[in-house]
Amino acid sequence: MDIKFTAEEQAFREEVRAFLKEKLPKDLSEKIRTHRELTKDDIVRWQKILYEKGWGAPGWPTKFGGTGWSPIQKAIFAEECALAHAPSQLPFGLSMVGPVIMAFGNDAQKERFLPRIISADDWWCQGYSEPGAGSDLASLKTRAERDGDHYIVNGQKTWTTLGQHADWMFCLVRTDPDAKKQEGISFLLIDMKTPGITVRPIELLDGSREVNEIFLENVRVPVENLVGEENKGWTYAKFLLGHERSGIAGVGTNKAELRRLKEIATTERKNGIPLIQDPAFRARIARLEIELEALEMTDLRVLAAVQQGTSPGPEASMLKIKGTEIRQELYNMIRQASGPAALAYQPEAIADPEAPYAGPEYALTAAPVYFNNRKITIYGGSNEIQKNIISKMILGL
Amino acid sequence: MDFSLTDEQRMLQDTVERLVADQYGFEQRREYMKKPEGFDSTLWGQMADLGLLGVPFSEDVGGFGGGAVETMLVMEAFGKGLVLEPYVASVLTAGTLIAETGSEAQQAEMLEPLISGELRLAFAHTEPGNRYEETRVATRAEKRDNGYVLTGRKIAVLHGDSAHRLIVTARTAGDEDDAEGLSLFLVDAGADGLEVSGYPTNDGLRAANLELDGVQLPADALIGKEGQAAELIGLTLDRGAFAVCAEAVGAMSRACDITLEYIKQRKQFGVPIGTFQSIQHRMVEMRIALEQARSATMKAAARLQDGTPEERRKAVSAAKVQVGDGGRFISEWGIQLHGGIGMTAEYHLPHYAKRLVMIDHQFGDVEHHLNRFSAMMDVPKTA
Ligand SMILES: Cc1cc2nc3c(=O)[nH]c(=O)nc-3n(C[C@H](O)[C@H](O)[C@H](O)COP(=O)(O)OP(=O)(O)OC[C@H]3O[C@@H](n4cnc5c(N)ncnc54)[C@H](O)[C@@H]3O)c2cc1C
Repeated sequence: MDIKFTAEEQAFREEVRAFLKEKLPKDLSEKIRTHRELTKDDIVRWQKILYEKGWGAPGWPTKFGGTGWSPIQKAIFAEECALAHAPSQLPFGLSMVGPVIMAFGNDAQKERFLPRIISADDWWCQGYSEPGAGSDLASLKTRAERDGDHYIVNGQKTWTTLGQHADWMFCLVRTDPDAKKQEGISFLLIDMKTPGITVRPIELLDGSREVNEIFLENVRVPVENLVGEENKGWTYAKFLLGHERSGIAGVGTNKAELRRLKEIATTERKNGIPLIQDPAFRARIARLEIELEALEMTDLRVLAAVQQGTSPGPEASMLKIKGTEIRQELYNMIRQASGPAALAYQPEAIADPEAPYAGPEYALTAAPVYFNNRKITIYGGSNEIQKNIISKMILGL
Repeated sequence: MDFSLTDEQRMLQDTVERLVADQYGFEQRREYMKKPEGFDSTLWGQMADLGLLGVPFSEDVGGFGGGAVETMLVMEAFGKGLVLEPYVASVLTAGTLIAETGSEAQQAEMLEPLISGELRLAFAHTEPGNRYEETRVATRAEKRDNGYVLTGRKIAVLHGDSAHRLIVTARTAGDEDDAEGLSLFLVDAGADGLEVSGYPTNDGLRAANLELDGVQLPADALIGKEGQAAELIGLTLDRGAFAVCAEAVGAMSRACDITLEYIKQRKQFGVPIGTFQSIQHRMVEMRIALEQARSATMKAAARLQDGTPEERRKAVSAAKVQVGDGGRFISEWGIQLHGGIGMTAEYHLPHYAKRLVMIDHQFGDVEHHLNRFSAMMDVPKTA
């Protein structure tokens, strides 16, 4: 056993650090550090910077314009980006539809779609969930009926993250209503400008507007936008869910937030002394750090196995559960540490870094960020569903 | 032992519950929130007409003569509707202070309009440097001529922007964290040198920050004895803590009901999600958290009514810990068991979650009250 990074991996880490120091715009990192809202332009701007460096698609093989990095390199990159407060790259193209197109799409689709994902010329959204199909995704009802060289799509998608900015949506639709529920599903790429699509924003509990309902009414989708074979969509969707979960532990982000929590607890005073010196509060931070250190090792164990050719199976579920629980507790403690100043709700200042606000900087977003991050145990396969996977696949129950 | 309510108490409970049921629908509440004060002044008047604004005041000043149990009944019903009106600020903290400690002149001047709803008060204690502490006050009151001059900052003053007058804690002597030397002052909202900046809070209520820059007060703005307010401040904060505990119990019970209803009706995999045992057990834990919080709050009510200061402080801290932990548990799992819908502003449950979690930022959080309780709990003497 040797848990040190190799010299090459260390050198790679230095290279990433140097790049971030030079190229990560200060206004963006400041927004991330202070949990402000990002605009579409912010996300696109960062993706284009990565693209110019040749790092636009850390997870992709070189023949599709990716970096060809090893799983460990990808993890190092993700961690350094998080610690430097870089914006996350949009996952919908890079980690979701991109890999599906690579694996199951035809050459024309690869040529048409993949380059525009890396260059951030297309913004993708994920059209899976429906009002009646959440955890039980396979019960989805959105219909696609063949009409010559088009599919006519009717139905409703929901919870579509950042769909308000999207150029394209990858969508699970039912093409065979008579087959068993997993067997009649197809994977369609839908141009969001097509007539018949209505996007309605859903306001979340913290006031943020990041998810949408998408109504599809007689939307004509060319048959050439079907990925792979008709009625095989569930296989592709499951493949994608595997991808969605790699890197799910969010170790880098958790480390960055742990650091922030410590900074806040050093600034805040309780009974006249820094909160970090309160033994009870300090012990809670220590416990979280211990959990996070262990999670980092678990993550590396899974990555090392992947590097040696095993695919991340049900272990990814474990990383998702633990990673999200730790993150939620970090945001919980950041909120608690912020004290009475965390009561104030000042959305204008969250959206606009120039706007004035009351209270210390960290208190401004403490409660909204805590509330907003309740989502991370719900989406991407809820933590209950992840536990079902572990009990079935690992424990054989 | 008798946990039953008197007829009078039951009538009070019915009255408040009916008011909340009629006037506090989800859409109605949204409309109230949009008003400049952040609540509905017509409804405030209606509360006055029903006698609710007089609940804690004695009958000879026109009140209902209620104690902590009555307060608990009102606040629990308010919690079920997430009521926005400044009842805790105006009636239960600041108002009760005047009724108990105000001079005859102050009482004569203020109690009647308080009970009739024309006068609204707020209690301003929290400062940027004191978190939840009772006696750490940096705001200073200098004696000058025939009065005082106040200088300092207050934050998170519940309903501070709609109050006509504020009760401000300030130091007339001593160092920042001395218990000695604390005093209470009445300050008009429009006083020269006072700047009130109001804002909405994360749970849809309103609060304000105050800048006091040489606010000149007459001698009779002092409430109670100069330099002797520490006990009173502690009692007032405990009253506030207790009130929001009772409110939280109401909100927790609604959040549990809503979630229970939802898991019975939401189907995935062809069955209601409430048939999954992991969900059932979570729901059971939520109910247990509710009942524990309710019990602790009832104990606090009893101790506020007839306990020693030490017993009261312990029971209020215990309740605030149960409510803080239990309220968060119910909020987080209530959202989780709902899935995506539990995250949306258009749905009622998350608003209960927001209020419950924000209650932990008022009148002392779990950590604060755990510390306070630990310092007071019985420990065996070692040999
Ligand atoms: C902020 C946010 C962003 C999202 N973004 C997207 C997106 O971009 N695209 C997209 O397609 N979807 C998205 N989703 C949807 C997300 O994937 C679903 O919310 C999730 O699958 C859960 O489905 P549901 O909300 O219908 O909850 P339900 O499936 O109804 O679940 C309700 C509760 O029951 C539990 N439960 C369900 N089944 C079981 C079981 N068998 N055993 C035990 N417990 C169970 C769940 O864990 C949950 O606690 C997003 C959701 C949120 C909240």
